[in-house]
Amino acid sequence: MTLSVALRHSLGEFRLDVDFTAPPGLTVLYGASGSGKTSVVNAVAGLLRPQAGRIVVGERVLADTEAGLFLPPHRRRIGYVFQEGRLFPHLTVRQNLLFGRWFAPRGLPRESLERVVAMLGIGPLLARRPGALSGGEKARVGLGRALLSAPRLILADEPLAALDEARKAEILPYFERLRDEAGVPILYVSHSTAEVARLATTVVALRGGRVAAVGPPAEVLASAEATDLQELSSLLTARIVAHHPDGLSELAAEAGTLWLPQVPAPPGARIRIRIAAQDVILARSRPEGLSALNLLQGRIERLADGPGGRVLVMLAAGEDRLTALVTRRSAAAMALAEGETCHAIVKTVAIAPGGVGAAPDRR
Amino acid sequence: MTDWLSPEEWRAVALSLRVSATATLFSLPLGVFVALALARGRFPGRQLLNGLVHLPLILPPVVTGYLLLLTFGRRGALGQFLDQWFGIVFAFRWTGAALAAGIMAFPLMVRAIRLAIEAVDPKLEQAAATLGAGRLWVFLTVTLPLILPGIVAGAILAFAKAMGEFGATITFVSNIPGQTQTLPSAIYSFLQIPGGENDAARLVVVAIVIAMAALLLSEWVSRRVARMVAGQ
Repeated sequence: MTLSVALRHSLGEFRLDVDFTAPPGLTVLYGASGSGKTSVVNAVAGLLRPQAGRIVVGERVLADTEAGLFLPPHRRRIGYVFQEGRLFPHLTVRQNLLFGRWFAPRGLPRESLERVVAMLGIGPLLARRPGALSGGEKARVGLGRALLSAPRLILADEPLAALDEARKAEILPYFERLRDEAGVPILYVSHSTAEVARLATTVVALRGGRVAAVGPPAEVLASAEATDLQELSSLLTARIVAHHPDGLSELAAEAGTLWLPQVPAPPGARIRIRIAAQDVILARSRPEGLSALNLLQGRIERLADGPGGRVLVMLAAGEDRLTALVTRRSAAAMALAEGETCHAIVKTVAIAPGGVGAAPDRR
Repeated sequence: MTDWLSPEEWRAVALSLRVSATATLFSLPLGVFVALALARGRFPGRQLLNGLVHLPLILPPVVTGYLLLLTFGRRGALGQFLDQWFGIVFAFRWTGAALAAGIMAFPLMVRAIRLAIEAVDPKLEQAAATLGAGRLWVFLTVTLPLILPGIVAGAILAFAKAMGEFGATITFVSNIPGQTQTLPSAIYSFLQIPGGENDAARLVVVAIVIAMAALLLSEWVSRRVARMVAGQ
C-alpha cells in the first residue's frame, strides 16, 4: 500500500507545500524542527485540516479538498504513535492497548493481544496504570496500542525523541520488526540521522515546509540539498564475517573490510552502517602505518561543490557509495578528479553506534 | 434522640436535605453541558451565556428570588405554561425551593466542572480519535472519566451552597413550616420570635454537623476519584 500526500497549508508565517508518494515500507519524514514534519503527519491523521490537498492511502482517499472530502480522524483507521505516548491515565495498560479494538470494524484480520504483548515484552505491565510506567515502557505501550487498532497506516511522530540513548536502543528493534513483518506502511517523523540510517526504506527530506528530496536513505543522506553538512553520511550494507576475541567485529562491505567494536548481531547477519562524510579522510595512494583500521578503496564517481568552501566527493565501490567532505583547497592539492581511484580512511570510532542497524529486507 | 428536635424542626432538616439533593442531581447534567459549552464551544452568545450563568452569584439573592417569582410564579409566563401542560408547580412548593437552590448553586457547579474540562489535555482526546472513537465515544471514554473529580467537586459545592441557600428561597417560596421551611428559614423564624435563640442554637448545631459531614465525605470522595483518574 502506498501513501500519497499533496498538501498546501499556511500556519501564520509558515507555508507548507509538499507533494510526495511513499512506497510500502518505512518512510521517514526527515528534517529539522520547524520544517513541517508534524503538520504533515497531523494532516494524514486528520488532526489538521489542510487548506488544499489530497491524501490517499492505497485506494482510499482520506482527504481531497477539491472534492470537499475530509474524513475525520476516527474514520481513517490510522495507528498514531505519539512522542509523549499519550496513554490514557485513567485506564490500565491492558485497557489502553484494547482501546482501539473497540472501534475497529469487526471481521478484520487483526493482531492478537497476546502476540503484540509478547513482541513488545509488556506482559508484566498489563494491570498497571500509565502513571507507574517508565518512559521506555510508555513508548512500547503506545506502539502496541496503535498496532492493536487494526490500522491501515502507522504514523509515528518522533516516538524516540523523549527517550535517553539506552531506551532508544530498546525501542528501535521493535520498529525494525514492524517494518519487516507487519506489512503496514509506516510514516515515521524524525530529525535524527541515526534513526533514518537505521530504519528508513524511503526518506522524504523536508526543509522549510517543502520536500527537499525523496529517495532511498543512502541517496538522501548523501545529498547536500536534503541533508545538513554535519549530517551528510554514507550508508553501507555489510555482512558480519566474524567476531574476534580482541573485541572487534569483522564486516565485509563491497568497498572492503571494516572493523567495528563488537556488533550485537550474529555472524552472517547483514547490517547497515552509517559513516559521516566529515569523518572520512581521503588519500591518493594507499597509506601505510596508520592507526585507523578501516581502509576502503573506490573510484571517484562525482565531485560537487558543497556549502562553506567544501567539496563533496562521492566514491563508488561496487554497489556501495561512500561520501567524503573535504575542503576545496585539499581537493585542488590532491588533484581529485572524476574517474580517479582514491583511498578512504575511516576511524573505527567514527562509525556511530546509533548508525548500526539491521538492513531492511529488500522486496 | 428524636425528641431532641421537635417534629417540625426535623421536617425542616429533612426538607433541606431533600431540596439540596434534588437541586444538585437535576442541575448536574445541565451543569456538565453548560460547562462543556463554555469551555469548548465556539458560538455567538458564549459570553452572554457565561454572564447569565454567573448572574445569581452577583445579584442580591432577593433579586434572583423575585425574578423566579416573576417567571415561575403562578402568574409567571413559564409557571403558567408548566402548570397547564405538565402540572408542575414551583411557587410555594418544596420543588420551588429546589429550583431556587439549584439556580443559586449553578455558577459554583459550572465553574468547578469548567476548570476540570479546561485541564483535560486535548491531545488525549485526539489520541482517542485516531484510535477510532467518534466524538461521543471520546467524551464518554476519555473526557468524562478525566473530569470526574471536577464533577464530584462541583456537585459537593452545589450541595453545600443549596443547604445554605436562604434569600432567593424565602423570596420565591416563602417560609411555610413543613412545606418550604428549610433549615436556614427555620433558624431565621426562631430568631424572629423573642426568646427563640435557644431553639435556633440547636438548629445551628445541626447545620454545623451536616456541613462538617459533607466536607469530610467530599474530601474522601475526591481523594478516591482523583487517585482513580491519576492512574496509580
